[in-house]
Amino acid sequence: MNNEQFNNRDVSENGYYLVDIEDYPTDGWGKFKRVVKRTFRGELFVGLWVVLREMIRFDIHTVSYPQEKMPIGPRYRAVHEMKRLWESDAERCIGCGLCEKICISNCIRIDTKIDENSRKEVSEYSINLGRCIFCGYCAEVCPELAITHGGEYENASDQREHFLIYEDMLTPLDKMKAGTQLEFEGFGAITPHEDERVKKTPLAY
Amino acid sequence: MSNITINIDGKEVQTQEGEFILNAARANDIFIPAICYLTRCSPTLACRICLVEADGKQVYACNAKSKDGMNITTSTQTIEVEKRAIMEVYDVNHPLQCGVCDQSGECELQNYTLEIGVDSQSYAVKDVAREAIDWGHLHYDPGLCIVCERCVTACKDMIGDNSLKTVARGADALDADYKASMPKDAYSMWNKLNKSLIGLTSGEEMLDCTSCGECAAVCPVGALVDTDFMYKSNAWELKQIPATCGHCSAGCQISYDVKHTSIENPEDKIYRVMNEWNYVSLCGAGRYAYNYENRVEGKDEEAFSKAIEAFKKADTIEFTSTITNEEAYILQTLKEKHGYKLVNNEAKSFQTFLKDYSEISGTSLYGSDLKAVHNSNFVISVGSALKTDNPNARYALNNSMTVNKGAGIYFHPVKDPIIEGLAKGSMTIEHAPLQEEAALYLVLDLFADKSKLPTEVVEYLASFHSLKTVTVTETIKEKIVEIVKEMKVNEETGEEEEIEVEKSKMVPKKVSKEIEVDDNALLEILNAPANFEETLEKNLKKKDRFALVVGPDLYTHPNSKNLARLVALIEKYSKFEITMIPPLTNSLGVALICDLDDSKGSYTIGYNTKADFTLSALGDGDIDMPAMNQQEGTLTSINKRVNPTNAALEYKGYELNDIANVLGLSAENVIDYTPLLPLSAGFKSQNFDDLPNHYENDGTEVRGYVLENMPVSVSDDENVEKFSDARLEGTLIYLANPVKQFTPFTNNTNINQDGGIYMSEEYLSKSDLNEGDSVTIKTDNGELVVNIISDNKIAGDIAYLPTFDSKINSEALFSAYRFATASIQKV
Repeated sequence: MNNEQFNNRDVSENGYYLVDIEDYPTDGWGKFKRVVKRTFRGELFVGLWVVLREMIRFDIHTVSYPQEKMPIGPRYRAVHEMKRLWESDAERCIGCGLCEKICISNCIRIDTKIDENSRKEVSEYSINLGRCIFCGYCAEVCPELAITHGGEYENASDQREHFLIYEDMLTPLDKMKAGTQLEFEGFGAITPHEDERVKKTPLAY
Repeated sequence: MSNITINIDGKEVQTQEGEFILNAARANDIFIPAICYLTRCSPTLACRICLVEADGKQVYACNAKSKDGMNITTSTQTIEVEKRAIMEVYDVNHPLQCGVCDQSGECELQNYTLEIGVDSQSYAVKDVAREAIDWGHLHYDPGLCIVCERCVTACKDMIGDNSLKTVARGADALDADYKASMPKDAYSMWNKLNKSLIGLTSGEEMLDCTSCGECAAVCPVGALVDTDFMYKSNAWELKQIPATCGHCSAGCQISYDVKHTSIENPEDKIYRVMNEWNYVSLCGAGRYAYNYENRVEGKDEEAFSKAIEAFKKADTIEFTSTITNEEAYILQTLKEKHGYKLVNNEAKSFQTFLKDYSEISGTSLYGSDLKAVHNSNFVISVGSALKTDNPNARYALNNSMTVNKGAGIYFHPVKDPIIEGLAKGSMTIEHAPLQEEAALYLVLDLFADKSKLPTEVVEYLASFHSLKTVTVTETIKEKIVEIVKEMKVNEETGEEEEIEVEKSKMVPKKVSKEIEVDDNALLEILNAPANFEETLEKNLKKKDRFALVVGPDLYTHPNSKNLARLVALIEKYSKFEITMIPPLTNSLGVALICDLDDSKGSYTIGYNTKADFTLSALGDGDIDMPAMNQQEGTLTSINKRVNPTNAALEYKGYELNDIANVLGLSAENVIDYTPLLPLSAGFKSQNFDDLPNHYENDGTEVRGYVLENMPVSVSDDENVEKFSDARLEGTLIYLANPVKQFTPFTNNTNINQDGGIYMSEEYLSKSDLNEGDSVTIKTDNGELVVNIISDNKIAGDIAYLPTFDSKINSEALFSAYRFATASIQKV
């Protein structure tokens, strides 16, 4: 299929046809007739019957939220998470600032400083969820797989900031200890067969 | 040098005979990669990536000189192979920590790796442990260092501290196979790189230099970083505000790099100062004393109404020269409207000096600038503690000596180990204070065209010359004839017989003889070293571009008029070109714009100086004013350039313009006055927003505009009075600042320090005084109690008092001249 086909707007070609729509009534009597016709068409009762039928059957397919929740896809992009390193449980974020740079809605800000071991330390990290459009660029650009999206989509609270305390975004230590931190499989995750595509660097030792 | 045409990649390029190919290419927007080369410095030849083919021969563009009709190709197959190999070598063992590296985003290793397209590595060598080192205000991470030696080159060829050098790395030798298998240049580059790292020349643990930070600025990677900037911000987050440094008269081009303070505080903050280091070098104050802004909450209306009242009551405005041209214009207009007296002593003395100079020179301004000093090869400095009065003038002196194989004489009473250590051609003369006239007379005597000088001056100069008989020991070669007996075969008889042969040979012999030589009494008056004349003769060989830099000591000298006239005579009758160092940031602008008075009236308003009512950008006055980094306006520099500067940070309070508007002037912004600056003084009628502030690729300075040097009517009288042998003796003090400090503004930053009396280690070891002692300093003018600070950047017996510390009123001890006799007693 190419664009030319769409650029041709001659409705007589390409199998276009006009939908048969009645003209709208203009006078009062016509309008009254339309209301009556629509009201007693029977379609209403079709719908009501479906509801009644399902009610009587008792094998309902809707989820009784919030007692019940649907499983979320692993690539779903909800509120951000900060991951920890498997080896040391330390934070993965190195404060490179790429997420801050790439963020198209300008909602990430990082403060960094030098720590007592002369390493770069993230002293504060903030995402303004009011601006975030959950595009996933931050997760994609992160070189350390530190910032990812999570499955947390319930954003009801007094203040949006409640979701964005850095410590809350970080995988809790007990979860780390239990080994239940989940890797994000969406934007930014390592693609399968990555090893085969990497050019190896020679090593002298 | 003559103009020639060369051909680079098929493009005809106009350049100068002998110009490096790289510079010719850059000036014409042709890209040749180069990592180790610094414009204005000598080629280092460390990176070898600037390979080009000139007339079929492979050369390094950074040190190959252009010849007329040269054909240059920047890219051939072998060159591309070399470049690729060189970049691969640079990436060997370079840590992949761009994420936390401060240079990331402005890193030349990143840029060139991507430019050359290195996507795989073919070389390897075992790495050695390279621990990061803290050198004080700089942080060196050898792990990131690519040993391009740009820091070493900048420190040696531009700054003159010679604080850095390459040291041994202690790594394994390269795999022997590489020599045959690798491209040749890449291998030799790697071989050298793998043996060296950067270290301190002194061998100490901490860097002890004049702290300009230029090495960190030129570092292409994140190996050398300013400690106070480490891990504070990524390069790309900073907004660069083009500005002009407001600390001294050099008027360096800088950019204030600003960003919000933190997540909580969205107010902008200056994170660092950057410069176009290929074309301008900063000093420690310019680079590190940037956060002197005066933050105020809002408009203080009460203080403002008091200020208006004070202005209505006052008859004098006293101010320092750390103001813009526009503000100086406002003050001058206020004077014309309301009859205020304008008092600014340092600008006044400079103004008088310029006027006295004009009487002979016929121009309103001195003829030269620092750029000419950079390009000259014989520089003389008189009357200035160059290193601290105007660091850029010192860089120019050093640069002219190192790169142009030049030499220089530094006349100053204070012995300065930094100046002495600049380069081979550096000569220093420590004359007694008040003897500056003798120094200028000596310059006239040595270099002026005596046939054109006024006869009285020639006669006066001749009076210093006498013939004296000296005994010289010479080594001559003497011919000695010896009679030697030799055995020789007699051809007739065939017998061997003894014959006598005369042989002559040359034997060196020491002879002492008495000869009459010219004795120049001026040298003795100036305490010149014994071998001065010989050294000078040697240093003057092949010199053709002369520059004379004169400084603030002359302006406040009791005989400044004579000095000004001597300077004008030197300019007129010798090959020397004159540059004068304005005492403070905008002294030249103030001297040109304001009609200054000598004495104060009964009620004085002080602008950045304490008075009955004080307007202060230091935040210690009766009403706050914006500091230089919060103002827009223009500053007149030593290069006679009117440079624009922009506001890096917001200022919420009242400024001088608001007060002036109440007092009958009318302008929405201060910069409305930029086109109104007096044309008669050489300013141009240009709007502030039209003033550029950058450098072109060929190094052309496109900043503001250059003042016009106006013709002034001259008197025919070119005589200069004879100098007296008055000189200051005894314990001497000098009014100067330590490195990195100029005014209370430089001290109002994170390089804040307490002032005191600065003494050399030599002085302290000779006396019973110790660092930290509290001493009373007494002169005819007053008395002061301060602590002793040991300063290893000076030597000799003269101590100095600073002006940067507003807690110490050093000026009160001096009459006008920067030297004074004092008594120093332990408390």
